[in-house]
Amino acid sequence: MNVTVAATSSNGFAIRAERVSRHYKMGEALIRAVDEISLEVGAGEFLALLGASGSGKSTLLNLMAGLDRPSSGAIFAHGRDLAAMSSEDLAAHRSRTIGIVFQSFQLLSRMTLEENVELPLRLAEVPRTDRPARVREALERVGLAARARHRPTELSGGEQQRAAIARALVNQPKILLADEPTGNLDSKTGEEIMSLIAQIHRPPSGPGRTIIMVTHERVLAERYADRIVTLSDGAISREERLR
Amino acid sequence: MKLGDLTELAARNLREAVLRNSLTTLGISVGVASLVALLSLGVGLQQLVDRSVARAGLFDTISVRSRQSAPFGQPGGGRRNPRDAAELAPPRPLDDAARREFAALPNVIEVNPEVRFTAEARREPISQLVMVSGMAASSQSSGTLDGLNGHFFSGPDAEEAIIQGDLAKRLVEVGQAPASLLGQEITLRFAQRQALPPPSQQAATDAPNQAVGPDEEAMGFSIVPSERKFLVVGVTPTSDSGGGQVGFNNAGMYLPLTVAEKLQVVQQGDLRDMARSNTAEGTRYAALNIRASSPTAVAQIEASVTHMGFAAFSLIDVTRNLRTFFAIFDMFLGIFGSLALAVASLGIINTLVMAILERRREIGVLKALGAADRDVRQLFFAEAGVMGLAGGLFGVLLGWAIGRAIQFATMIYLKRQGVTPPNIWSVPWWLILGAIAFAVVVSLASGIYPASRAARLDPVEALRYE
Repeated sequence: MNVTVAATSSNGFAIRAERVSRHYKMGEALIRAVDEISLEVGAGEFLALLGASGSGKSTLLNLMAGLDRPSSGAIFAHGRDLAAMSSEDLAAHRSRTIGIVFQSFQLLSRMTLEENVELPLRLAEVPRTDRPARVREALERVGLAARARHRPTELSGGEQQRAAIARALVNQPKILLADEPTGNLDSKTGEEIMSLIAQIHRPPSGPGRTIIMVTHERVLAERYADRIVTLSDGAISREERLR
Repeated sequence: MKLGDLTELAARNLREAVLRNSLTTLGISVGVASLVALLSLGVGLQQLVDRSVARAGLFDTISVRSRQSAPFGQPGGGRRNPRDAAELAPPRPLDDAARREFAALPNVIEVNPEVRFTAEARREPISQLVMVSGMAASSQSSGTLDGLNGHFFSGPDAEEAIIQGDLAKRLVEVGQAPASLLGQEITLRFAQRQALPPPSQQAATDAPNQAVGPDEEAMGFSIVPSERKFLVVGVTPTSDSGGGQVGFNNAGMYLPLTVAEKLQVVQQGDLRDMARSNTAEGTRYAALNIRASSPTAVAQIEASVTHMGFAAFSLIDVTRNLRTFFAIFDMFLGIFGSLALAVASLGIINTLVMAILERRREIGVLKALGAADRDVRQLFFAEAGVMGLAGGLFGVLLGWAIGRAIQFATMIYLKRQGVTPPNIWSVPWWLILGAIAFAVVVSLASGIYPASRAARLDPVEALRYE
C-alpha cells in the first residue's frame, strides 16, 4: 500500500485538507469547484459544511470520502494521504474508515434492508458467519430491526434514511460523511434523523465518531454541529466554532 | 469480494432482468447447440470409420516379411536405398530367432505367423473357392469379431471354422440365413506339402500323407491335394450389415492358427525358399504379424523391425492421413458451429452494456461503500460467466437433442434405402465439457469490454446519474 503519513495530520485530526483544489474543465471554461481550501477536522468533531448550491461543499465531501481526487493539494484522513493512494487503497479507505450517507438515500431497491446493510460487509470480506449479528445490530441501532425483510420502496423517506445510516455504520467507520441527510425529508423527519446522527456522534456509551455533514439548513447545523464552515465559490468564507 | 458473494450478487443481478438475460442465455445455448450438434456428427463419423478400420486390425498390426523374399527383377525387389544401406542390418531370414526378437520388442503383445492359402470349401452340393486364414486366439478379445453369430473356437486345436458372412450366404441354399451354417460341417480341400524322404530311404518309404517337418525342408517336398472337415462355430456379419472385414488378413474362412499351421499347406514363398541354397534353423515363415499394444506404438515397432533387416508394413500412414482429414473436418464443423456462438457473444456484450447504463447509480453506490474497480469488474465478469455456464449447459442439452434428431432422421432414410443404418452420432465427454468451457470462455471474453467500462465509471458521476 502506497500511503504517505504526515506526522502533523495524525495529531488528533480525523481529516486535514491542505490547499485542496478541485477544478473541472467545461469546454474552454475552468470551474473551480473547490479552490485551495485548507481545513482540519478533529477526531470526534461534528463539522457542518454550510453553503449555497454550487458552493463546493459536496465536492469537498467527495474529496474527503476518497470518491474524487483533488486537482492539487493534499487530504489526509487519519494521517494517510488520500491523493497518494491507489484506487484499490482508496476503495479500502471507503470501506473501513468512511461511512457515507446521501441525500437521496441510495439504497438498492431490489434488495431488502438487511441485504442493503450487508452489502458493505460483503465488500469488506467480513466472514459470512459474523454478518447477521452485525446487520441486526446496525438495524436495531436505527430502530429498523422489525423492517429487516422489507424493501426500500416499502419504507417512508425517514426510514430509508435511517436504513442508509445503518448501512453507513455497519463497518464501524471512524468518520461519517453525510451529504444533505435531511434534504429529501420533511422537517419533523429531518429532526429525527439529526437526532440519530447526534447520537452516533456522541453515543450514551462507547466511543463517538467524527461527523462531517453537508447541509444548507443553518438551523440544524447550529443545533447539532460543533463547528460550522461556510463555503462560497469553492472557498471558505466563514468559520464558526459553536461548542 | 469473495467468490461466493460475487456469484450470489451476479445471480441476483441476472434475475432482475430475467427476460433479457434469458434471451441472451438462449442465444449462447443456440450457439453451443449448433457447435455440439455439428461436432457430434463429425465425431460420430470419425468413430464409424475408426471402428471399421479397428475391426480390420489395421491400426495395431504390422506385417513383417523377409527382405530376402523380393527377387531382383521384381518391382522393388533386391533394391536397397543407398542411404538406408548403412543404417539397416543385412537382410535376414524370417525364422524362429527373428520371431523371438520381435516378441521381445517393447509394446509388442504377440507375434503370430501369417498362414493364408486358397482352398475349396465344399458343402454338398455347393462348393466355393475361398481364402482361408489362421486366426490367433487374441482376435477373440480384440473386437475384430464384433457381431459374430455363434462363438469363437473352443480351443487352439479345435477343428472348427468361422465363416465370413458373405461366404456363408453362398454356401447355404437359397432362402436360408447365413447363420444356418452354424453346427454344420464344411469340407476344405487344399494343396498340402509332403516331405520327400532322404534319397536312401526313398524307395523303401511309403508314407504319402506324412507332413513335412522343419528338418526335412532341405530334402524338398511334393504337393498333394488334401481334405479336412471343419465344424462351423461362427458366422461373421455380412458386409451389408456393417461386417465383412475381419482382421488384418481378411479372408472368407478362419481356422485356429495352430490348426492352420499344422495343415502344412503350400504357402506363397515355399517355391522361392526351395530355390535358395542357404538354410535357416527351425521353421521359416512367409510372413509374421506383430500386434502392438496400441496404434501409437506401431511406428516405433515398424522402425525397429526395419532396422533389424526385415521388411515391415503397416497402415499407420493411411490412418494418420485419415485422422488428419477428420481433424480438419472437425475443425471446419467447429468453426461453423462457433459462428452462432460468436453472434451470441455480441448479445452478451449488448446485454452487459445495457446493464451498465441501467445500473450506473448502483455501481456508484457500490464504489461509495468500498467496492474497488476490481470488484465491479469481477461482478460483471461473474454475470457473463454465469450466463455462459447456463447457456453452455442448456446448449449441450439442445445440441444433444438436435444430434439425436439428425441420427433418427438418417436411420429412417437409410432404412428406406435398404441399408442397415450405422451410428453416425456421438457426444463424447470431452465434447460436453469442452462446449461448456468454450461457452464460458467466450462469455467471459465478451464480458471484458463491459466489465472494464463498468470498473472505470467515476463514482461521483455514477451517483449523480438518474
